[in-house]
Amino acid sequence: MNLQALSGQLLVGLINGSFYALLSLGLAIIFGLLNVVNFAHGALYMMGAFAAWMMATYLGIGYWWALLLAPAVVGVIGVVIERLLLRRLYGLDNLYGLLLTFGLTLIAEGLFHHAYGNSGNSYPVPEFLQGGVRLGFVYMPIYRGWVVGVSIFVCTLSWYVIEQTKLGAYLRAGTENPKLLQAFGVNVPLMFTITYGFGVALAAFAGVMAAPVYQVTPLMGSSLVIVVFAVVVIGGMGSIAGSIVTGLGLGLVEGLTKYLYPQASSVVVFVVMAIVLLIRPAGLFGRER
Amino acid sequence: MSAPATQSAPAELLRVSGLHAFYGESHILHGVDFSVGTGELVTLLGRNGSGRTTTLKSIVGLVEKRTGSVVVNGRETIAMPPHRIVHLGIGYCPEERGIFASLSAEENLTILPTVGSGGMSLDEIYGMFPNLKERRRSPGSRLSGGEQQMLALARILRTGARLLLLDEITEGLAPVIVQALGRAVRALKDRGYTIILVEQNFRFVASLADRHFLVERGRVVDVVGRGELEGRMESLQRFLGV
Repeated sequence: MNLQALSGQLLVGLINGSFYALLSLGLAIIFGLLNVVNFAHGALYMMGAFAAWMMATYLGIGYWWALLLAPAVVGVIGVVIERLLLRRLYGLDNLYGLLLTFGLTLIAEGLFHHAYGNSGNSYPVPEFLQGGVRLGFVYMPIYRGWVVGVSIFVCTLSWYVIEQTKLGAYLRAGTENPKLLQAFGVNVPLMFTITYGFGVALAAFAGVMAAPVYQVTPLMGSSLVIVVFAVVVIGGMGSIAGSIVTGLGLGLVEGLTKYLYPQASSVVVFVVMAIVLLIRPAGLFGRER
Repeated sequence: MSAPATQSAPAELLRVSGLHAFYGESHILHGVDFSVGTGELVTLLGRNGSGRTTTLKSIVGLVEKRTGSVVVNGRETIAMPPHRIVHLGIGYCPEERGIFASLSAEENLTILPTVGSGGMSLDEIYGMFPNLKERRRSPGSRLSGGEQQMLALARILRTGARLLLLDEITEGLAPVIVQALGRAVRALKDRGYTIILVEQNFRFVASLADRHFLVERGRVVDVVGRGELEGRMESLQRFLGV
């Protein structure tokens, strides 16, 4: 057994898993409350990465500010999408929300493709996080360790806020029964807007984190979003903890597969999904409805 | 109590007129009319499917579409979104209690926004329902039916609501708990709350209510005052099909 290759693949898997977790967390929160399958999540992730790249290229704004500003900008775009478009579809079958956000994805990707072409734009690793360390068998670039750490931190913090605080209690109650919560006097339509904006900002945040790791391209989100949807389904639709744990776990499973049988690495997630759905149709952490 | 109605008539807190309600294609309420004075306790009586629950839901805006007029405390609410309506001082206790399963008992208690002044503090509520204090960390889904009902009632008392809409609060509960709820409702009436009860258990409400509105096919078809109750018992029983 080649420990060096194995741990190298597991590390790559962990990094991919970090992005799966960040993205599926946002998807799960949005699906839970709004009952919208937000197919645009990948496009908004891409827009986060592009926003960071554009800030650096045109405005000279560095990584740290981009980490704050890009999610804010994309979050505002999300708020506009929710207010102008998604809002009209509540109460309809959630296929309509899926179709709308799929359409938005095509438009966004088309626009960026038109403006910047298909070739990747590279985004530099911030100076402070350059270099790497040797960890036993593997050489780990510091930036990648940073990605894993920040992702776990953000996911844990989100989980804590949702499960343990009053703010989270509103989200949990709204996820269970939004109409009743509104009949108790809570401004649920406003909660929907804020939640969508937050979920989308989280996608953009992941996009900025990803910019120095992957190439910034118009299609960077669409290759990821399919896997992320599988993660959400495996974790259990709408389950917060489920999406975080499953995101990181599936990254590792992918890494392991790359080591054991590389040909299967791009389908292993879907094989896992099929098996989980056969045994537990509501997903690993999902509640049967 | 024996004074002529014209003299003792309390200020009107709620007036429902020509209220129609719809769920999708179904037209459930066909012009409901009634009014409730401040401090009154009234019931909506009727068979299953007559539109009593929908009447309560329509008052707080929990139906897909409603037309007509619902005036709360002098304010027309028909065009308001639900989260604005209850801020006029309404507390709604839904059928099947509507306890949030993923929230602890205490979170269920405190998640409702304040809609009026003079709501009970947590301490007062725990004094009134000691069981809830013991179970305050338990998730809503782990509470017994009786505890859930206490919680559903307690949480609207904390909001400062003065108009309480209580839907089938005794349903499926043991007689001893029903008795406790009866005492609680009587105590609330004595404290000046205005209460609308939808109730299957006629014996539970007969001695409590000032007036009974009889609901049939989405309309209020008759009113029975407290004094007339005895004389009309037989026709009431027939109306309710018991």
